[in-house]
Amino acid sequence: MATLTRLTGDLEAAEDAVQDACALAVSKWPAEGVPANPGSWLIGVARHKAVDRMRRDIRRREKEVAAAREAGGPGPDAGRYRYGGPGPDLGRYGNRAPHGSGPSGDEGWESLPDDELGLIFLCCHPSLDPATRVALTLRSVCGLATSEIAAAFLVPEPTMAQRLVRAKRKIRQARISFGVPRPDNLAARLGSVLRVVYLVFTQGHMATGGNELVRGGLCDQAVRLARALAALMPQEPEAAGLLALLLLTDARRGARSRDTGDIILLEDQDRGRWDRAMISEGEALLERALRAGRPGPYQLHAAIAACHSCAASAADTDWREIAALYGELIRYEPTPVVEANRAVAVAMAEGPAAGLVILDALGAHPQMSRWPQYHIARAELLRRVGRYAEASDSYRAALRLEPAVPEQAFIGQRMRELGDG
Amino acid sequence: MKYMLLLYGPDLPEAGTDEARKLFEDWNVARGAMQDAGILIDCAALYPVTSSTTVQVRNGETLLTDGPAAEIKEHFGGFTLIECADLDEALRWAASLPTARDGSVEVRPVIGVRQPA
Repeated sequence: MATLTRLTGDLEAAEDAVQDACALAVSKWPAEGVPANPGSWLIGVARHKAVDRMRRDIRRREKEVAAAREAGGPGPDAGRYRYGGPGPDLGRYGNRAPHGSGPSGDEGWESLPDDELGLIFLCCHPSLDPATRVALTLRSVCGLATSEIAAAFLVPEPTMAQRLVRAKRKIRQARISFGVPRPDNLAARLGSVLRVVYLVFTQGHMATGGNELVRGGLCDQAVRLARALAALMPQEPEAAGLLALLLLTDARRGARSRDTGDIILLEDQDRGRWDRAMISEGEALLERALRAGRPGPYQLHAAIAACHSCAASAADTDWREIAALYGELIRYEPTPVVEANRAVAVAMAEGPAAGLVILDALGAHPQMSRWPQYHIARAELLRRVGRYAEASDSYRAALRLEPAVPEQAFIGQRMRELGDG
Repeated sequence: MKYMLLLYGPDLPEAGTDEARKLFEDWNVARGAMQDAGILIDCAALYPVTSSTTVQVRNGETLLTDGPAAEIKEHFGGFTLIECADLDEALRWAASLPTARDGSVEVRPVIGVRQPA
């Protein structure tokens, strides 16, 4: 998708071309066998399809440019493909190939990481609606289904589909460019891009409604993108903070589920199975970022993750520090989700009753009532204070929201322990 | 790609005042920069909304109303039409206009007229 978007300069054209290529693959591969490198084959075919579509447009565009030149301007200098990868071309402008030149020779056969960065910056353009930027990236860069994105955003699927259509239309009509922005524009574009990468990771880490707890592919992709962003902007502590957060969290991947796929809570995880190399890298990154003296939400999230990583056992965890960090975090992210997390930390530091007070206060929020984790957390605290009947009710409320299969198994077990279900 | 920059702001200052002279100079700078860059197609300010008449045709009947189409604080007060490679370039020029500092500049892509093939 990323390579095709760079080549065509149009998200919708790229999607169409990729779809054409996949359709051809479905009809050809069973009879003729899968080609040696299916990825290249698909990109090649899709590129061909895109070229066909573009040729139809090119003559019209040439005329537009000629008309514009007659009207006085020298015409935009965007007649060649450029991508804003590292090197002297960094941030050069006009990464589309709109005016007059057809697709050039051998370029773009292999998928470059720069293509993905360029595609992310396109999807996160500040002139797009903020919520839609993330959704568009999940769709276009990570290939998530609209239903999965809708679930991640806690909105109905048709609403999400509508938002995606509108955003793609605006990209085409207003001609929003593909590519890494110019250096003077990079910092302003960073926040939205970091948030997207964070949500991609979250989606992989805690798959919504999927049948795997960890969709390793999305996590790997998010870590890779975070690395690329941190390298692109070494002066930005939040870029390093995000990479640190992802590494510290992903280090626990191997310990988070049993072979059967069942979820293992943080407190029950075998800390020997945490990836120490990833933890050290994350901690070093975080330390360096914090020294810049410009804290932000990702550095705070990473600091919370580091509190867990450096505790030898669950009992050694400094929950007071974690509760305080969540309290700090609310200044940047005043959301009920952060407040719910603070409630859990407070419950650990001061006892379940104190946490329940905070969770109950959040109960009226519509976003909370649709979030299975809220009901699970509340059920856990109710269970610990001995309000078993209410705990069962909360587990049932979580089940009704169809959480990921491993979480359903976890809830089922808890309910059996309570003599229910 | 053509972009229409719609200028919304407070009414123009009284002619002959320092404020008016300053605004005139600011616009000369902004327009000069756009001309030098070769992206300016046209640019104009409008007389105040007290001079405007709103036209609506309903059921074949033409209705005329004194004043602007909507009663709002910031009025449409002028336009700038430019030709840019993409939206980012258009947004940068929009931010360079004096109106962006005391009013709003709405950037709208212009539909290209298709020539018969």
